Amino acid sequence: MKIGVVTFPGSLDDRDAHRAIRLAGGESVALWHAEHDLRGVDALVLPGGFSYGDYLRAGALASLSPIMAEIIDAARRGVPILGVCNGFQMLTEAHLLPGALIRNRGGTFLRRDQCVRIDNATTSWTSQFVDGEEIILPLKSGEGCFTASAEDVKRLEGEGEVVCRYFAGKLIAGKLVGSIPTGQAGQSGVNPNGSVNNIAGITNSRGTVVGLMPHPEHAVERGFGPDTPDAMRAGVDGLTFFTSVLSALAAA
Amino acid sequence: MPTIVVDVMPKVGLLDPAGVAIAVALQRVGAPNVTDVRLGKRFELAVEGPVSNDMMEQVRHIAHTLLSNSVVDDVVDIRVAHTADIPREGLTVGQ
Repeated sequence: MKIGVVTFPGSLDDRDAHRAIRLAGGESVALWHAEHDLRGVDALVLPGGFSYGDYLRAGALASLSPIMAEIIDAARRGVPILGVCNGFQMLTEAHLLPGALIRNRGGTFLRRDQCVRIDNATTSWTSQFVDGEEIILPLKSGEGCFTASAEDVKRLEGEGEVVCRYFAGKLIAGKLVGSIPTGQAGQSGVNPNGSVNNIAGITNSRGTVVGLMPHPEHAVERGFGPDTPDAMRAGVDGLTFFTSVLSALAAA
Repeated sequence: MPTIVVDVMPKVGLLDPAGVAIAVALQRVGAPNVTDVRLGKRFELAVEGPVSNDMMEQVRHIAHTLLSNSVVDDVVDIRVAHTADIPREGLTVGQ
């Protein structure tokens, strides 16, 4: 199965996405923003970074890239698409997902290992999780505050289109992991950035397009992932997003 | 050459941490009468004149679909200015 990773000017996490796809057993294909060619891939990843320097709004200019026409068409055909961080911002700017991502409530860029609870384990990218599963993924964003109209929030909640939420932290072997101390300016232990209803990720009605603020591609290999009670940088929960889509594609 | 100016502001009531940070700094430097700051964007679009209704319609479309994001922004003003009206004094640009 071939999964394409689109590189934009200012992408940072494209190489990690390629590595995650390979570690999950897929074939990763490099795609370039200025082309109109998806090279026959079966799924797509829009990686994190600061495309176009976040000029205008984060993800706004990338959503007008030449390749975005093909990506919008692929989304309509039901091709699984994962947007992480800046990729999530692009998906909202391209109107493939509702809402918008604005500056963190606390005003600062945040980098932390974040506990996230899976709320929808039926999407193309989360099918190998179970509902309610708590995982740890790195979060690193300045504009990660998910906001949407009351109508859109109601629909996301009512239709089960919230994929995952920020969660208070995971208690493993008596240790709280994936949370920060409360009391930091503008932050609580649960919600790092002010996102409505603690939303960390959402999907479309078909469950094929998923946008996530935390980074699964940075949690795929021991020694390079988030901290766990087991060991430093041992977290590999992110790998399941990529094995999920590979199994969804194999079943299709 | 005419210039079309577009002003975009974050929606009222939307979280604006940048505005809050500026307001706090203003309090600190002694501007106690300033109670709130909101930070928006001004775009200056240089166009080949004259400005027609069609052109204004096109700019309105650009303003609402690209220069602003209707989820979080409001387009608060679109107006025609002339180059001479746009202040350039004191601007030094390296070659």
